[in-house]
Parts: sequence; C-alpha cells; structure tokens
Amino acid sequence: MLALVRPWHYFLRRWPPEPHTSFDLFITNFYYFMFHYFRKAAGVPQEADSPANTQRREFLRYAGYSAATTAFLLSACKDADVAPGASASRAAKLGDVIKLGSGDVAVLNYAYALEQLEAAFYVKVIAEGPLTGRERMLFTDIRDHEIAHREFFKNALGSARIPDLTVDFSMINFKSRLSIIDAAQAFEDTGVSAYNGAARFLKDVGYLTLAGKIVSVEARHAAYIRDLFIQNNFYNTVTKDTALDIAKTPGDVLNIIKPFVVEGFDLRDSGLIG
Amino acid sequence: MNLLNLLNNISEQDSEVYERLDTRRKAMREFGSMGKKLALTAVPLAFGAMFKKAYGQMPRSVFDVLNFALLLEYLESDFYNAAMPSVPFPNMGNRQGFGIITDHEAKHVKFLIAAITGAGGKPIAKPKFDLSGGAGSGNGPFKNAFTDYNLFLAVAQTLEDTGVRAYKGQAPFLLGTGDVLTAALNIHSVEARHAAHVREERWKHNLIPGLKPWITGNVAFVPGGLVDANYSGEDMTVQAGISITNINGFAVSGEAATESFDEPLTTAQVTALVTPFLAK
Repeated sequence: MLALVRPWHYFLRRWPPEPHTSFDLFITNFYYFMFHYFRKAAGVPQEADSPANTQRREFLRYAGYSAATTAFLLSACKDADVAPGASASRAAKLGDVIKLGSGDVAVLNYAYALEQLEAAFYVKVIAEGPLTGRERMLFTDIRDHEIAHREFFKNALGSARIPDLTVDFSMINFKSRLSIIDAAQAFEDTGVSAYNGAARFLKDVGYLTLAGKIVSVEARHAAYIRDLFIQNNFYNTVTKDTALDIAKTPGDVLNIIKPFVVEGFDLRDSGLIG
Repeated sequence: MNLLNLLNNISEQDSEVYERLDTRRKAMREFGSMGKKLALTAVPLAFGAMFKKAYGQMPRSVFDVLNFALLLEYLESDFYNAAMPSVPFPNMGNRQGFGIITDHEAKHVKFLIAAITGAGGKPIAKPKFDLSGGAGSGNGPFKNAFTDYNLFLAVAQTLEDTGVRAYKGQAPFLLGTGDVLTAALNIHSVEARHAAHVREERWKHNLIPGLKPWITGNVAFVPGGLVDANYSGEDMTVQAGISITNINGFAVSGEAATESFDEPLTTAQVTALVTPFLAK
C-alpha cells in the first residue's frame, strides 16, 4: 500500500528494482507507464530511439535502474544534442579501432582502457560537479586512485600501450549530483566485473597479483558510491544464492562502455575471447 | 576456462593425461558444452569433475586454497552470527546492513563447502573459535564486541579488511584455474565491498578523523594497537618498481598512492592473525 500512498519512498527503499514479487513487477511497470503517459500528455518530446541511446539505456540498466529511470536520465540525451565536435568525432568511431595486443599485454591494455575512462570521468566530476564536503573529498580520492591506476598501467605497458582514448560523456549531466552518482556507480561496478572476468586470461602471477590489488579498491569505490545513493545498497551486484560478485567477459564490458568511448575495440587475436 | 594452459601444464607432468580424459578433442568438446550450460559460480564443480576423472583428486594446492578461504569464512560467519542478536545497533538501518553482511558470509561458507565437495575434496570442519580473540580463554581483547557497538565495528572492519588481504594472497595459487580463480575473486570483491561499507558506517558513528572506505597507509584506526599487524604492509607507494606518488607528474599524494592498491597477506601471515581466534 506504501507504493500507492507514498510512491517515492516505496521506490527509494527498493532501488534498484529487482522485482522480487509480481507486485514489484506490476508497480514498477505501472509507474513506468504513468511516467511516460504524463510526459507525452504534457507534450515532452520522446527520446529518439537510436542505437546509441539503446546502449546508454543498457549501461544504466546494467547498474540496476529500471526503464523509468533510464528514460528520465536519458531524456536530455538526444543524439543531435551532443557536445560540439563530438558528432564529428562520432564519425571517427568507424575508422579508429583499437587492438589490445595479445597475451597478458592485452589484459593490461584492457585494464588501461577502463582506467583511462574512469579517470577522465572523475576528473570532470571534480572539475565541474556540485559535490561538497566529505563527498567531494572522497570523490577526489577516487579520482586520484584512478589516475594512479591509469598511469601505473601506462608505465607498465610502455611502448605496448594503446593510445589515449577519446571519451564522450555528453550524456552525463555533471551539474547533477544524482547523475554523477548514477554514472559513478555503473563505472565502478563495471570495473569490478571487468577485473574479475579478465583475471582468468592472465599467465603471469605478478600481473595477477597487481590486478588483485586494484580490483578490491574498485570494489571499495563501488560500495561507497552505492551506499551514497541508497543505504545498505553496497552489495547489489551479487548473485542472490551464493553472494558472489559478478564477473563479465571483456567483450561484454567493452560493449557496455561503448557509448562513452569514441574509438572502437577489436578483440580478435587478443586472446580475450572465450 | 583457460583449459589449454591447464592441460599443457598437466601433460608436462603426466603424458598420458589425454588418454585419461578420453581424447583431448572430446575433453575440449565436453568442456565447451559444459561451459555454455553452467553459470560461472557453478563451474568449480565441473572443474573438479575434470580432475577427478583424470586423477581421482583435485590438485592439492587448489583444495588448500579453498579450505583456507573456508576457514576465514567460518570465522566471519560465526562472528556475525554471534553479534547480530546481542549488539546494540543504533538503528534499523545499521542493523539491516550488518544483516546483509551476515547473510553473505553464511552463503560464502555454503558455496565453498559445495565447491570443495563437488570437486571431490573434503571441506574442513568448522573449528572451535574463541571469538574474543583469547586463544580459548574466552577473555581476549574482543570479548565485548558483542555488546559494545563501537568495538563490534572495529572488529568487523578488521575482519573484512583482513579477509580481503587473505583472498588476495591466495589468488596467485589459482593462476590459470579459470572458473575457480574467478569465483575466488568474486568473493574477494564482495569482502572489499563489506569492508568499505563497515568503514563508512564506523566513520558515520564515531567520526574518526581520517577513516575512509579505503585503507590509508598502514593505519588501522583501532586504538591500543590491537590490530596493527592486520594493516602492516599497506603503506606501499611503489608497485612493480613503479613509484605511484606523483606518478608522471600527476598530483597523487603519498596517501592516495597507498590507498590505490590493497596489499596481500601470505598464508603464514593470515594464519598468525587468525590463531588467537582458535580455541585450542
């Protein structure tokens, strides 16, 4: 009944909505329907259903947010609305394709790519975002950790490293604390699942040790950020029965981050498939 | 699974391994189809089945690793189970968060037992613990952790941070073991999430200056030096010969450098830290 009387509180306590009961499913879809019905009735133009927006929606849905939230967060995100120059560089996506190398170098470059993305995100968060107090202090830490990780991989890889990636954060509203936390949560969870899913490909025990040292820090980031949004939400990516975190394949992860990186990735010959 | 690598390593030890596994092609094909059917979390059982088929037992080191992890999960699980009914949580929110952690640790115990058993191994029985940290006296320094919320938070923080370091130290033994390594890392990152949550809860409750979701230097933030050994070695600023402080001209402080990387503990180090909790 709470759902009908105080819907916002209902959602906050059960966010992200992993429907446990058919009532959860019903109420989530009901509010999704009402949200879109009223927006349409009010004359708000509906988001363009573009492949890029589908990917952005998938990225946010990966973070656990329902169709209603993704619609809300993407409502300002039309393909025609990207930052100046980005639409030109979008065309570059078809031309610039990054190969990661092979063997352990491919795994390190994969990690380097993700750390580049995360570092660039947090640099923008601190430079442009409205965070204050302890949040600003801890997000600054996170920024510095990601810079440390990125530069570590850059030095470790030396001439075998991939080039600097071109990031595209045009769909993230850096003036909105909520938008920042949403995206940060998704980036960190993705990072954890990426490291967990990539370790199997490593042949050198030293690299495995280093990956292990980093992934737990990313998990700390993820837990802190998740708790910021909803109390006690630190764990929400675990599988229900075994309380294990989630590992994703490099292919899946690179697909998830595709909307945020102009360059494409070619995993053939990298050894990171299968 | 990194099956090729594993099979190559085995064939160096046992040239008849492929015959034991039927033809190599058949073994690969069987594993290929198994991989599609089973979730990552279930495959330790399939991995074990392969070795059981070939040798009648798992490689000893992997069993040792999983049983070591099981020992730690038994300890954490018992600690939280004992704490939940008696610790005076300030509010429902705190209690709920620790209820979630308690549930996770219980599930980790079950998962590890199933993984070891399914692979044909023998999971260790739960030892008798002295949760006060008194090696059986019941009068150790953490005796009041079950009635004093502050001490409970300190012990929980230490258990989680140490658990992360313990898993990290065991991971190298699982190099190339595919799904077993992945499962271990998946537990490891959950423990890190626990640690961050507990640390932030501790900061919110006690407002300890400098305490963050990540580990700064080798500082435990637990008075009396009670758990300094659990944080020893966390103050590294050089990784694989690369200095992290102000790396490549970026303003990364020494503290941030130590925070960016969590450090492993060896089997011996973890054993020493766990010993006071074993009732002899």
